[in-house]
Amino acid sequence: MNVPAARFGANSLRNGPDARGRFGEFGGRFVAETLMPLILEVEAAYNAAKADPAFQPELDRYLKDYVGRPSPLWFAERLTEKLGGAKVYFKRDELNHTGAHKINSCMGQILLAKRMGKTRIIAETGAGQHGVATATVCALFGLPCTVYMGAVDVARQAPNVFRMKLLGAEVVPVTSGASTLKDAMNEALRDWVANVRDTFYIIGTVAGPHPYPMMVRDFQSVIGNEAKAQLQEQAGRLPDACVAAIGGGSNAMGLFHPFLDDPSVRLIGVEAAGHGLDTMQHAASLSRGRPGVLHGNRTYLLQDEDGQIQEAHSISAGLDYPGIGPEHSWLHEIKRVEYVAATDQEALDAFQLCTRTEGIIPALEPAHALAHVAKMAPAMDKDAIILMNLCGRGDKDIFTVAEALGVKL
Amino acid sequence: MSRIAARFAKLKAEGRGALIPFVEAWDPDRDTSLALLKGMPGAGADLIEIGCPFTDPMADGPTIQLAGRRALDAGASMKNTLAMVQEFRKDDGDTPIILMGYLNPILSYGVAPFCRDCAAFGVDGLIIVDLPSEEADLVLPDAAANGLDIIRLVAPTTDEARLPLVLDGSSGFVYYVSITGITGTRTASGDELADAIPRIRRVTDLPIAIGFGVRTPEQAANAVKHADGAVVASALIDTMRQDLEANGGKPKPDTVARILAQVKALAAGVRGARVPA
Repeated sequence: MNVPAARFGANSLRNGPDARGRFGEFGGRFVAETLMPLILEVEAAYNAAKADPAFQPELDRYLKDYVGRPSPLWFAERLTEKLGGAKVYFKRDELNHTGAHKINSCMGQILLAKRMGKTRIIAETGAGQHGVATATVCALFGLPCTVYMGAVDVARQAPNVFRMKLLGAEVVPVTSGASTLKDAMNEALRDWVANVRDTFYIIGTVAGPHPYPMMVRDFQSVIGNEAKAQLQEQAGRLPDACVAAIGGGSNAMGLFHPFLDDPSVRLIGVEAAGHGLDTMQHAASLSRGRPGVLHGNRTYLLQDEDGQIQEAHSISAGLDYPGIGPEHSWLHEIKRVEYVAATDQEALDAFQLCTRTEGIIPALEPAHALAHVAKMAPAMDKDAIILMNLCGRGDKDIFTVAEALGVKL
Repeated sequence: MSRIAARFAKLKAEGRGALIPFVEAWDPDRDTSLALLKGMPGAGADLIEIGCPFTDPMADGPTIQLAGRRALDAGASMKNTLAMVQEFRKDDGDTPIILMGYLNPILSYGVAPFCRDCAAFGVDGLIIVDLPSEEADLVLPDAAANGLDIIRLVAPTTDEARLPLVLDGSSGFVYYVSITGITGTRTASGDELADAIPRIRRVTDLPIAIGFGVRTPEQAANAVKHADGAVVASALIDTMRQDLEANGGKPKPDTVARILAQVKALAAGVRGARVPA
C-alpha cells in the first residue's frame, strides 16, 4: 500500500491512519467484497491526487472563489462579557456557501470523483446539510446526484429537502430502521454495491471505510489550519481550548487535527446527550457506547448486549447517529481529546443565547458546542481563549426550535 | 474431514451439485424457523445457511432486511441462534450448517467464545459479509483453532490480481456473489457465470457455490451447471412474507410446508442438472 512517510515527525499524533486505515485499533475497511476493490481504488486515487501538484491549487481556487473561504474568525465579545470568563472566538464556517462546513469536503471529494472518471454521485444526509452541499457541487459539475435521507429527517428538515430538489438531486426517503441517518447510510452503501462501476459515494463525515475518515478529515482540516493562523494574527497565540460538536465528527476533526501536537491546547468534543445520558435517548457513542463495527469501520457504537445497533436520539438531526469517526475513538482512548455531552435543552438554551448576544442564528449542531462553552468559560481566566467551531447556520432549524419553544409558525 | 468437505466430496462422487437453502434464524419466531431448518434436509437441502439477524444488514435487500427485523422483534440473538443449531444437531449429524451474518454481533459475543460455541453446537462454517480478506485476521485464528471453515465471498468486481488474496486462508467452499448488488434483486445470466466461474477455478480447488439472485429451480439448475452449489434465500423468504402479510403477521398452518415444497422443487432442479466434468 502506498502510505506516505510520517508527515509530522515520528511522535506526532497527526500521522494516522496506518497502512490498514487504522487509528490504533479503530478504523479499517469492513465492507463486503463487492465494494473492496472500489475502496482500494478510491484510496489509490486519493493518494495520487495528494501527490499531484495541480490538485490542491484547484481545490483551493474552488474553496476561495466558490465556497467563500477563508471563513472569518470572530471574537464574540458580548457573549464573552455575558459568560464572564474566557474569551470566546467563533470559527464561522456557517458563512460558507450552503451554510455549513460540509461543502469543504464535498468539494474535495467531487474533484476526486472527476479524476476517477465517475459519472454519478450518491450521498447520505441527516440534517440535510451534507445533502445540500453534495447536491450543490453536483449542480456545479453537472453530475447526477442521489441523496439518501431517513424518512423522519425528510419530515423534520423539509426546507433542505426542497433545496436539494431545486439543485437537481433526487432525494430518496429511507424507511428502514428508525428512518434516520444510520439507515440513510445503509441505503447509500446498498446503492453503491449495485452501482460500483460508475458511482462515487461522497460520505459526509469522518466515518466509513478507509480512506474516508482520513480523506474527509484532510479536507476539513482547512478549518483548524485557518483558525490557527487567524488566532495567531488576532491574539498572537494558541487557544487554550478548542470546542466542537460531534455527530460523526467531521467539523470537530477538521478543527482539532491541526492542534493535536500542541499539548497546551485542550480539545473538547461535545456529543449530543439528547434527553440525558442516563436515558436511552441520546447520541453519545463515546460516553455510553462501546467498540464495534458498523458502516465499514471499527469504532465506538451505541449497541445492545447482543451487538445490535441502537437508535440514537438528538434534537439535532445532524448529530442523530449511533457511531462516531474512528479517529475520535482513538483520541478518546489515548485521552488527547476530552469528550463531553450537552442535552437537547442545553443546546436550545445556547441557540437562543448565541442569537441574542451575537446576532448569529447557529445550527443546533454547534449549539451543542456552545452549550459546553457556556459551562466552561465562566470558570476560566479572562485571558484564556476558547476557540469554537460555529460549523453551521440555523435557518434549517427554525421549525424544530419553534416547536420546542411552543411557537406556531 | 469437515462436514462441508465430506458433503461436497459425496456430491461430486454422485456427479451433482449442492442445493444450499437459507433460513433466517427466528423469522418470524423460533418455532417456525426451527421447523423449517429441521425440514430442509428431508426436502433436499445438501447444506444449510442460517442467517444471523442484524439491525444493519448493508448487503441485503428489503426481503432479508425485513426478515431480520421480524427475527429481532421476536427476540433473536446470537446466543439463541446457536441454540437452534444445537437443537438441529440432535437429529442431524451430517448436514453442514453455515452461519451467515455481519461482524458486529460476533465481536460483541467475543470472537474466541463465539468460535468455541459454534464448534460445540455443531456449526461448520462462517460467512461474515463485512469481513473482507484485509480484515480477516480478526477471526481466522479462532475459527481455525475450532475447525470452522471461513467461507470467502468473491464478487464480479474481484479481479484476477485480487483473487489469490481473497482466497488465501479460505476453506470449505467459495461463495460467488453473482451480481454487483444486494440480495434478492437481479439474477446473473448464464454468460456471466460461464465467464466468472472458470476464473475462480483457476485459483482454487475448493467447491464454488453461487448466491445472490438464484430464485427458481431453473436458475438453481443453471447455477450448478457452472458451479458446485446454488444458494437460495430471498425467494424462500418471500414465500414467508406473503403468508405473514396475508395472515396478520402470523405464519399460516401450511407455511412451513409451502416453503419446504419450494425447497423440494429447487432440489429437483439441482438434481436434474448435470455438473461439468
